[in-house]
Amino acid sequence: MLVAIALALVAIGSVVFHVMSPWWWTPIASNWGYIDDTLIVTFWITGIAFTAIVLFLAYCVLRFRNRPGHRAEHEPENKRLEWWLTIGTTIGVAALLAPGLIVWHRFITVPPEATEIEIVGQQWQWSFRLPGRDGRLGAVSVRLIGPDNPLGIDPADPAGQDDVIVEGGELRLPIGRPVKVLLRAVDVLHNFYVPEFRAKMDMVPGQVTFFWFTPTRTGAFEAVCAELCGLGHAVMRGRVVVVEESEYHAWLERQPTFAPRLAAAQ
Amino acid sequence: MSTTSDRLDGIPAAEVADVELYHPRSWITKYVFSQDAKIIGIQYALTATAIGLVALALSWLMRLQLGFPGVFDFITPAEYYQFITMHGMIMVVYLLTALFLGGFGNYLIPLMIGARDMVFPYVNMLSYWIYLVAVLVLAASFFAPGGPTGAGWTLYPPQAILSGTPGGQDWGILLMLLSLMLFIIGFTMGGLNYVVTVLQARARGMTLMRMPLTVWGIFTATVMALLAFPALFVSCVMMMLDRLLGTSFFMPALVEMGQRLNHDGGSPLLFQHLFWFFGHPEVYIVALPAFGIVSDLISTHARRNIFGYRQMVWAIVIIGALSFVVWAHHMYVSGMNPYFGFFFATTTLVIAVPTAIKVYNWLLTLWRGDIHLTVPMLFALAFIVTFVNGGLTGLFLGNVVVDVPLSDTMFVVAHFHMVMGVAPIFVIFGAIYHWYPKITGRMLNEAMGRIHFWVSFLGAYLIFFPMHYIGLLGVPRRYHEIGETAFVPASAHTLNAFISVMALIVGAAQILFLFNLAWSIRRGRPAGGNPWNATSLEWQTPETPPPHGNWGRDLPVVYRWAYDYSVPGAARDFIPQNQPPARAAE
Repeated sequence: MLVAIALALVAIGSVVFHVMSPWWWTPIASNWGYIDDTLIVTFWITGIAFTAIVLFLAYCVLRFRNRPGHRAEHEPENKRLEWWLTIGTTIGVAALLAPGLIVWHRFITVPPEATEIEIVGQQWQWSFRLPGRDGRLGAVSVRLIGPDNPLGIDPADPAGQDDVIVEGGELRLPIGRPVKVLLRAVDVLHNFYVPEFRAKMDMVPGQVTFFWFTPTRTGAFEAVCAELCGLGHAVMRGRVVVVEESEYHAWLERQPTFAPRLAAAQ
Repeated sequence: MSTTSDRLDGIPAAEVADVELYHPRSWITKYVFSQDAKIIGIQYALTATAIGLVALALSWLMRLQLGFPGVFDFITPAEYYQFITMHGMIMVVYLLTALFLGGFGNYLIPLMIGARDMVFPYVNMLSYWIYLVAVLVLAASFFAPGGPTGAGWTLYPPQAILSGTPGGQDWGILLMLLSLMLFIIGFTMGGLNYVVTVLQARARGMTLMRMPLTVWGIFTATVMALLAFPALFVSCVMMMLDRLLGTSFFMPALVEMGQRLNHDGGSPLLFQHLFWFFGHPEVYIVALPAFGIVSDLISTHARRNIFGYRQMVWAIVIIGALSFVVWAHHMYVSGMNPYFGFFFATTTLVIAVPTAIKVYNWLLTLWRGDIHLTVPMLFALAFIVTFVNGGLTGLFLGNVVVDVPLSDTMFVVAHFHMVMGVAPIFVIFGAIYHWYPKITGRMLNEAMGRIHFWVSFLGAYLIFFPMHYIGLLGVPRRYHEIGETAFVPASAHTLNAFISVMALIVGAAQILFLFNLAWSIRRGRPAGGNPWNATSLEWQTPETPPPHGNWGRDLPVVYRWAYDYSVPGAARDFIPQNQPPARAAE
């Protein structure tokens, strides 16, 4: 009796906790509401399955517990029941997978009008690179990294001359414009994660990875590192400030670009 | 379904004739350098428990830090990372894998299939001693210069072998890699034994489709481990070469703290693929023995045949096979080609179907059963609840795009602790309460067992269920302290403190369990040969505890499957596997 009550309490308590919980995802600030929707669908389907299974378990413990004169029923198989359960589960799984794959396709298909920007991770700080007036980022190589060229921009590439470099500061982005974020790491794995944007991707030394999103809300958002990168992992923080387009351009104008910086160093 | 044979002459002979065993002549060869699979199993179990206690203590320390950041200032960030790394690796490899396969595999396989011992007893002995050396090497890293590695149990390069990670440029990572290589060598010796024993040494009449599901689970898991561990072995070799000889298997050109290192052209992702090609099957290497054992616990203590036996066997085999094509679901946000996501999300969600079938069959075994709420049954029920919970959150993380916001957060930590930490450990507890009478001849104390159950079940659920919501909030895993973070409300810190207190309580309950194990050896109620009225062969041995060779003069002959419980017309509610059909009505 006590066991059946405890099991029922676990099922009901979990649902109550879920509904009452003050701990929930951060208010979204990007176009990835689709991800939230898929999550909600998953919560519904799995929540129903969990509650049904545990309540059924509680019922069995209550109804079929050992008592005098009671004997179990011998029934090795029940083909019909087994088939129905298999089909039902397959439908439930397909209902989860289909929206998941559709949204994933959106997630990895970058719109052609997206602006490319770059975030570089190193132990234990973030740097940002934004295209200058030409709208393009110059070529880079980890072999070119030096005290005067922290991101390894190729000095011979004309596209890189007007690249804007922001070291250890904050990244600004205009609202409503899709950005393709190119991700690089110079030492170990990192992961630039702003919970409000939902998107994330590891930065891997030796290759360039990416994700894309459209900021949909102005404001300042805290970025954390989401891939273990050594002792300073927990303090590797950054900030992304989403602003109106005009404000963004005014800010961009004030930032140092690569060519004068390199010239000054020489 | 035909589950009984009519006459002895209708039963094919065993694959291999009975052989004379090498019997020990001294105390040392009987209990220390023993070739008896039962002793080896106990040695495995005791060693795994000992190193598991270290992992438990480490979990306390890290929960103290997470729950009360800044209070315990003797826990530095470096030590915190060392604690989580060692906790994870010990629990997954040195405790769970060793206990299920080395411990239960050794003790139960020969007894359950009606063999006298493993087929290669000497190699089996070596297997344990190499495992012991692996554990000692791992433990030694706590005392090595620089301490153990703090690279996280996944040991991702490049950070695992660089100076920004504890142990990366010291002894820590090297001892970890060496210990893993030793573990794999030792495991391979044992694993080949388990597989060949199941295939060759079954008693007369013990067809594959009459084997208890415990044997099916351990057998399939062992085959998988033999295929999966080599991937980890070669990655250990390559990382060691990268670290010691300056090769670049996993090391691209990189700049560390302003210094250009002498590596070029390697791929960090290659390591991740190799690691998870081992690492995902590893989840099922732990889960399948648990599935098998819990099936037998449920069937025995509900006095009812396991529902859908053939489906259960096929589900085990299909899950085992599928688990080799899902590994990259650990890598959705790793930077691999994003188109892989479609394939791996599909395979991952497909595996949910045979897994769900197993859950239904456990429920349908209880349904219309005669449920005895013994301690093993209680733990089996707790397994179902926690496994279903953890399995369902797997549908979040496996479904590629849903994984994107949750990956690398505390949601993942909560998920895998529920599904491959708590749930299999509940099966281990249930199994120990179930088979302890066979191993020692005495019952474990029931009252202590029930306290252990209630604290462990409710406590573990209260630890890991709310933890998902901290992850949903966006709190990353592997943070020694979340600190002042804009998106983390103060109430989340309170929840963290609550989880830590629960972790201390649940950990303390395990001390009661250990006390019970020691106390009951002498003080426990005498059990007799078959206290649970079970059908499978290990309960039918002439002596309890069974001596070397298990069966006395004659090997058992098997006439039926392992699940003849509550058969209509039978006098008692169970018919042992070795009971001839003519006597079934007695």
